[in-house]
Amino acid sequence: MSPLCPVYTIKSRKGVCKMAFKGQQDSLSLASKTGGRLIREGFSFKNILQKNGELRGKIIILTSAFFIIAATMAITLFLTLQGLRAFTVDGINIIDFITGTEWQPNRDGNPSYGALPFIFGSFAVTVLAALVAAPIGIASALFMTEIARKWGQKALQPVIEILVGIPSVVYGLIGLSVIVPFIRSQTGGLGFGLLAGAIVVGIMILPTVTSIAADAIKSVPDDLRHASYALGATKWQTIYKVIIPAALPSLLTAVVLGMARAFGEALAVQMVIGNARGIPDSLVDPAATLTTIITLSMGHTTSGSVLNDVLWSLGLILLVMSYVFILIIRYLSKRRKLS
Amino acid sequence: MNSRLLNRLAISLIVACAVVMVGTLAALLGYILYQGVSQISWSFLTSDSSAFQAGGGIKNQLWNSFYILFITMLLTVPLGTAGGIYLAEYAKQTRFTAFIRSCVEVLASLPSIVVGMFGLLVFVNYFNWEYSILSGAVALTVFNLPVIVRVTENALCSVSEEQRAAGLALGMTQWHTIKKVFLPAAFPGILTGVILCAGRVFGESAALLFTAGLSSPNLDFTNWNPLSANSPLNLFRSAETLSVHIWSVNSVGIIPDAKEVAAGAAAVLVISVLTFNLVARLLGRIVEKKMTGK
Repeated sequence: MSPLCPVYTIKSRKGVCKMAFKGQQDSLSLASKTGGRLIREGFSFKNILQKNGELRGKIIILTSAFFIIAATMAITLFLTLQGLRAFTVDGINIIDFITGTEWQPNRDGNPSYGALPFIFGSFAVTVLAALVAAPIGIASALFMTEIARKWGQKALQPVIEILVGIPSVVYGLIGLSVIVPFIRSQTGGLGFGLLAGAIVVGIMILPTVTSIAADAIKSVPDDLRHASYALGATKWQTIYKVIIPAALPSLLTAVVLGMARAFGEALAVQMVIGNARGIPDSLVDPAATLTTIITLSMGHTTSGSVLNDVLWSLGLILLVMSYVFILIIRYLSKRRKLS
Repeated sequence: MNSRLLNRLAISLIVACAVVMVGTLAALLGYILYQGVSQISWSFLTSDSSAFQAGGGIKNQLWNSFYILFITMLLTVPLGTAGGIYLAEYAKQTRFTAFIRSCVEVLASLPSIVVGMFGLLVFVNYFNWEYSILSGAVALTVFNLPVIVRVTENALCSVSEEQRAAGLALGMTQWHTIKKVFLPAAFPGILTGVILCAGRVFGESAALLFTAGLSSPNLDFTNWNPLSANSPLNLFRSAETLSVHIWSVNSVGIIPDAKEVAAGAAAVLVISVLTFNLVARLLGRIVEKKMTGK
């Protein structure tokens, strides 16, 4: 980060400092002949640290780096170990688990743990939410950066920041008291279902998508715009043919980040999705996702039971998916650098 | 189609989308405040919540939210700023640095419920802290750390190169330069980021479900002994926060006035988050003015 030159300066400066210290030590050692105690205090561990602020700073800072690494490793490790228990200890077939459509953990004699409905639900909510959020988000970003450059930013930036700050349960509550009754009145069903979940989560990830998309569009160099206008292109032609292709990897990153958030959202979705056990027949049929079943069942299981282990396996799927999203984002950013 | 007409159409569509977004926010805030503010009263804010009767308040939940926020920030801010300083100033382009950055990225993108499950496994069960404020706060620390790290790193990177050079030219060590030059210069940015982060922590729910628990003992606000079971300061008692309370009255609770309680609690939550937002901006601006002398 810091340029090489100042670093060298520090090193040479440090040498100078040390020499200065040496001079002090000489005078101290003179003092040692008269009174020994002072010296020992002068060279206590604490004092060395105080004098050598550089070392102290490094220790503070490395502790933090260590903590970050430890937390990441611990989460990955513990979740993997705990998530694999269902297959290694309880003998559940991993393929049956992923493709099974029957979730009957409490059935006497023949419990069945098919996670497909939840996996399907999670992906469906994520994709639908992206379909809600991506067009509106990218369009708002275009508005901020291309159409109303001067005041669009000023007007929309606070809106985005406030929307990001609103807690997810509040979105869930809105979904429960506005969106679900609305869908109910339109379709006649219960109103709970994938559609309600997707709308709630879509609104929730909208600010994330918008702000990252706006950054992406802003970073397109102005030369491209000028060139396009000079060719006589209209604003829309410039946006469509020049700006969007130039910013495409970053725009996709924005959408993928939003999807990652949507995939992991728990309580807001749980409040509006209806919590059924099977694969839904339509968008307005009650469904469930990985996060909702964990939310609802985790508290009722005892650690070590088969159901508990299976829930950890569902958690492992969430973890694996968040790694997959990171890999996708990495791939996109590599493309961004190439283009 | 005529390219001018298409241009006009497309642009009006884009404007419409922007209007939809602003409209959504306005509707959302308006609805929450309109529904909720009429529920908020002094007794709502200062009475215990009830398990199955109507008329419960949110006193304990409100206190728990602030207390967990405080403990989380106490843990996160020093660690996070230190991590940010490391990445912005010390880290060279090595594999180790790339690895730390990846770790920050992973931590930042973990679903909060996964962090909650981890907390359940390690803090609640393995360390045997039970459902407690401490478990919740540590889980939130894990969840929140990468955000503060990034905030600090960004704030430090925006300090001008001249200030860096000036500090080092005075013969100060790197750490001393960071402490006396960079951190003050980056302080407004860090402060704003931290307060915005606080808003996020304040509203977090999924990570707390399995770590801080779904219930709260009725607190005795005259008892400030941190070791007694119903003291507000006790770190080892279960603590339902405001946002968890909103979820639980709607999803697992049986009180008849769930709707009213949830609306009121949501309004309190949103008002608090908006206040955090406002304070962050104002304070950031004031501090910057003071520091730069403009």
